[in-house]
Amino acid sequence: MEKSTAKKFHIDKTFKTNLITYSIVIAAFIIVQLLISAGQVSSLMKGLLVPLCIYSIMAISLNLTVGILGELSLGHAGFMCMGAFSSSIFSISMMDSIPNAGIRFFLAILVGAAAAAAAGIVVGIPVLRLRGDYLAIVTLAFGEIIKNVVNVLYLGKDSNGFHFSMKNAMALHMEKSGTIILNGAQGITGTPKNSTFAIGVLLTLITLFIVLNLINSRSGRAIMSVRDNRIAAESIGINITKYKLMAFTISASLAGVAGVLYSHNLSSLTATQKNFGYNQSIMILVFVVLGGIGNIRGSMVAAVILTLLPELLRGLNAYRMLIYAIILIVMMIFNWSPKLIDFRKRYFHLNRAKKERV
Amino acid sequence: MALLEINNLGISFGGLRAVDNFSITIEKGQLYGLIGPNGAGKTTIFNLLTGVYKPNAGTVLLDGNNITGKKTVDINRAGIARTFQNIRLFKDLTVLDNVKTGLHNSHPYSTVAGILRLPNYYKVEKQMDEKAVELLKVFDLDKEKDTLASNLPYGKQRKLEIARALATGPKLLLLDEPAAGMNPNETAELMDTIRFVRDNFDMTILLIEHDMKLVSGICERLTVLNFGQVLTQGKTADVLHDPEVIKAYLGE
Repeated sequence: MEKSTAKKFHIDKTFKTNLITYSIVIAAFIIVQLLISAGQVSSLMKGLLVPLCIYSIMAISLNLTVGILGELSLGHAGFMCMGAFSSSIFSISMMDSIPNAGIRFFLAILVGAAAAAAAGIVVGIPVLRLRGDYLAIVTLAFGEIIKNVVNVLYLGKDSNGFHFSMKNAMALHMEKSGTIILNGAQGITGTPKNSTFAIGVLLTLITLFIVLNLINSRSGRAIMSVRDNRIAAESIGINITKYKLMAFTISASLAGVAGVLYSHNLSSLTATQKNFGYNQSIMILVFVVLGGIGNIRGSMVAAVILTLLPELLRGLNAYRMLIYAIILIVMMIFNWSPKLIDFRKRYFHLNRAKKERV
Repeated sequence: MALLEINNLGISFGGLRAVDNFSITIEKGQLYGLIGPNGAGKTTIFNLLTGVYKPNAGTVLLDGNNITGKKTVDINRAGIARTFQNIRLFKDLTVLDNVKTGLHNSHPYSTVAGILRLPNYYKVEKQMDEKAVELLKVFDLDKEKDTLASNLPYGKQRKLEIARALATGPKLLLLDEPAAGMNPNETAELMDTIRFVRDNFDMTILLIEHDMKLVSGICERLTVLNFGQVLTQGKTADVLHDPEVIKAYLGE
């Protein structure tokens, strides 16, 4: 009897924590919707709603690689780039064949996720033999390569089908009626704007669902055992290559989903240093580190706060980046200072003890 | 047929012959000790047995199957589990999850079932929980099952490592200095636990140990290793009184 209640408590505890995480997202969505219908949200803020979802998904998925698998990846924006471009190409070329925007967008999400996952596998197989700094450097290089390759790709479509070139648009040799889908450094124009805040929130929830459930399952334990002690994991029969690759690929494909949201939120898509370069990868890593490595909910909250902050502080002009930096430092101290971790533990224990007494 | 049969095992690191011409036969259910001075090659033999190193010479037969030079993962599946001299737990997982990781291969369900929480997930997880708690009870760790492994006291970490190894359902358990860093009381308790594991899990155990009280107390047979070679082997009492062994290892 005693045993069964104890076990129930254990399952409930992780379940409860996850439920709180989902509730935060849903509550945020409802509050924003209420504010919008009350006319309290500026158009600038409205424009930020989808990026908030994109960065949340990016932070959650990178946390799977950094926090759960324990490998430092600096090329996460590269996978986002894969998802963005592959899904945009899909959406534009299927514009006529699949007139229903909903179904097309749904398929585009799958295409983006699959393309990023494929890139994850291709990069992961050689790269996951490396560890620590070496892995970070190679993933960093991968992100840059993807971005630069996209910039020299030309793709067009006419009645004869697809034309492809790596030289210039003229080299496509298309009929006059043909359209250029991907125009090198000028990128893709005319991607349908299918991304909405509601879809963004839904995808964030799905991302959370996948990552949180993965962590609390047999495969998740295997991934974390590889993180905690590779040699011991092998000694108890865990196939470390398989689980490393699994975590890396899932993380990449979720970044691809964020890319799909990104590309379908803009009418023109180009691969620049700012959106898919290493600056972006490091920005996402900052979300993860500040939110807490391995702390899924924390990285999501950090992504939201740090994306909103520069905009909220816009009125302060010159002091904007100064305050941003200070908040970064404060968050870092709050999350990582041993004294504060201790304090929080004690505080929460006190709370829990009180609740149990009641 | 013997459970473990090692014939003329050898490995060189560069010019150093770390283990040379090592042969040993362990019967099912035996409690076997491997002793010798520091640097004699004891842990190297464990690493050879578990596939961490590939031997240059010799064969290893487990229950009649040749497992020489196989991968660590496959050797574990074939039935050898081990603990480490410097404890290697999954420190950020709970005590329960450490053992459940050991149950990984015997209790499979697909990753998709795990993510989508299909019925199979609940069924297998429940079996895993029950099995893991059962194992933890043997080591008196069931009350700490939700503690992080790194927060356990040292002696309990050693026990948890044994529990995790047992969870993989091995035929042969290798213990690398299980009593290292333990006080006499803990060592005595550990001796009981090892005997209990052998009797109740039908286990064959090969252990490396420097604590002579433990060795003479529980090991039925001993092999003494010196400079990578077998100095002598046989019944515990005989070996411990062998003048060669006293000279090389025990001291006069």
